[in-house]
Amino acid sequence: MTAPPVKSRARWEHFPHGADIGIRGFGATPAQAFEQAALALTAAVTHAPIAPSNAIEVTCEAPDLELLLVDWLNKIIYEMAVRRMLFSGFDVRIEGTSLAATLWGEGVDVDRHAPACEAKGATYTALRVAQEDDGVWSAACVVDV
Amino acid sequence: MDTSRFTRVDATTWRIEPQGAMRVPAIIYADEKLILDMDEKVYEQAANVATLPGIVQACYAMPDAHWGYGFPIGGVAAFDPGEGGVVSAGGVGFDISCGVRTMLTGLKTAEVLPLQGALADSLYRQIPAGVGSRGTIRLDDAEMDAMLTGGAAWAVARGFGETRDLERIEEGGTMAGAELSSVSGRARERQRREMGTLGSGNHYLEVQAVADIYDTEVAEVFQLAVDDVVVTIHCGSRGLGHQIGTEFLKEMLLVAKAAGIELADRELACAPIEAEVGRRYLGAMRAAINCALANREILGQYARRVFAHFFPRSDPRLLFDVSHNTCKVETHEVDGRPRVLFVHRKGATRAFGPNHESLPEALRAVGQPVLIGGSMGTGSYILVGAATAEEKAFASACHGAGRALSRHAALRQWSGRKVVDELAERGILIRSPSMRGVAEEAPGAYKDVGAVVAAAEQAGLARRVARLRPLICVKG
Repeated sequence: MTAPPVKSRARWEHFPHGADIGIRGFGATPAQAFEQAALALTAAVTHAPIAPSNAIEVTCEAPDLELLLVDWLNKIIYEMAVRRMLFSGFDVRIEGTSLAATLWGEGVDVDRHAPACEAKGATYTALRVAQEDDGVWSAACVVDV
Repeated sequence: MDTSRFTRVDATTWRIEPQGAMRVPAIIYADEKLILDMDEKVYEQAANVATLPGIVQACYAMPDAHWGYGFPIGGVAAFDPGEGGVVSAGGVGFDISCGVRTMLTGLKTAEVLPLQGALADSLYRQIPAGVGSRGTIRLDDAEMDAMLTGGAAWAVARGFGETRDLERIEEGGTMAGAELSSVSGRARERQRREMGTLGSGNHYLEVQAVADIYDTEVAEVFQLAVDDVVVTIHCGSRGLGHQIGTEFLKEMLLVAKAAGIELADRELACAPIEAEVGRRYLGAMRAAINCALANREILGQYARRVFAHFFPRSDPRLLFDVSHNTCKVETHEVDGRPRVLFVHRKGATRAFGPNHESLPEALRAVGQPVLIGGSMGTGSYILVGAATAEEKAFASACHGAGRALSRHAALRQWSGRKVVDELAERGILIRSPSMRGVAEEAPGAYKDVGAVVAAAEQAGLARRVARLRPLICVKG
């Protein structure tokens, strides 16, 4: 399996939080914004290239899109922790408030990836999923590291 | 922040009078400079905590307070179960029972310095640190259960520690009331290979030298003298605590939503102590406390083995082990009568004063050691709980320096390699798998820990006993 192609209008950024780090993804759809938020999560840990060698499937459900974002990021954090993996490719499908996704990544190589920190959990702080005035979806929250 | 919004009670006490939905006042302990530099969010978050049901007396914020999740980091709040009091997963945080331990090596700097580089390399090899590091301990289901109920006593029984350590750990090394059925399979899975790992972020193992003594009488009881070498470890309950925090934060949020409770901030998600989910969280959180106590005991033993290799006559003894992310059941005097309260400390250290019954005999006359981590370049402090801490903030004090700059800003300002080289020139050896991680934790990104502990002393929370300067820092 290979990673999906990069989609247009999609981008991510970090924003400052007192002790930790804020992540924000942008995209044409909530699903694309969620994919970009996941890339921002990975970038909090490492800027090194990550090979899309293995694929993992995850699903989650929540009462609304904002809680779904926190659940989604926490699912990734769990897979990073128990599999000792980093992920660089994300294909997210959202129906209502149910999410199914494929993650592509590889095992952590400490020398090559030199991970800067470990994500402990996604928080409800600065949590926002919304369609901005220009039609672009954004998905953001602070991650405890 | 804007000081005109407070009632200034004295030089270090800033009071937010109850307003809106606040049930009690909020009190921040800090000197004028610290409060001026403090994040505006601390005001907002302390005021929000004061709205929670069953809160007793006041919400307190310590001199190192900064923007946290729901609760400010450096926040203290006590709740009475008889008055509808709550327990909050956000009020404890993701890294349940994150804390600090300091061990006395019995060595002097003159003995250690000739071997400083080799010692740093060896500690870095023996202490699994950072993302992707692996512990050598793997727990099956039965051992996981034994660890979650036994804490540091479990570690000692398995040969990872010494019996004499236990009285120098809060709760004697074992937190009572852990409920195995409340710990999810996912939380256990996350911990299976994490025992005896340091983690990353601001977690560290440091070899430090006693630089200054402020209180010779207490220092003598703590067995600290200038140029003594100590080992300090800062870490918590690893993946298990993070997963329990994540799961209960969500569950408490959904329960509150279903019950129609309006939360000022979603991160304040909480449940009545007497409710089923509240009791379940307390059982899981106490298991996570045991996980943290066991983990620090194991790491302490790893450090002992390294020291034994280099210094056969060294016999490191534990000074104390304190947690700063917990909810504990404690008896405190409120308006002249003792009350049993659920005290949340989020980034705040328990600081029992002299003669507290829970302290080991050797320390009881002077009070509890309060261990304060600074940045890797500036140093740390050992304080002792003040007699006045009880009336000031349910016997609590600060826990660290607190960040002055975000990770984001630190990364733009410093290069990790340069930080390592500059510190090496000053005699401080850093060992870390990530230069970016070092840059994010650069000394300049932290507030002046000296100002924080001076304010804690002035406010009557804890008194300074010794300042420690780093010699070696292993960072995850």
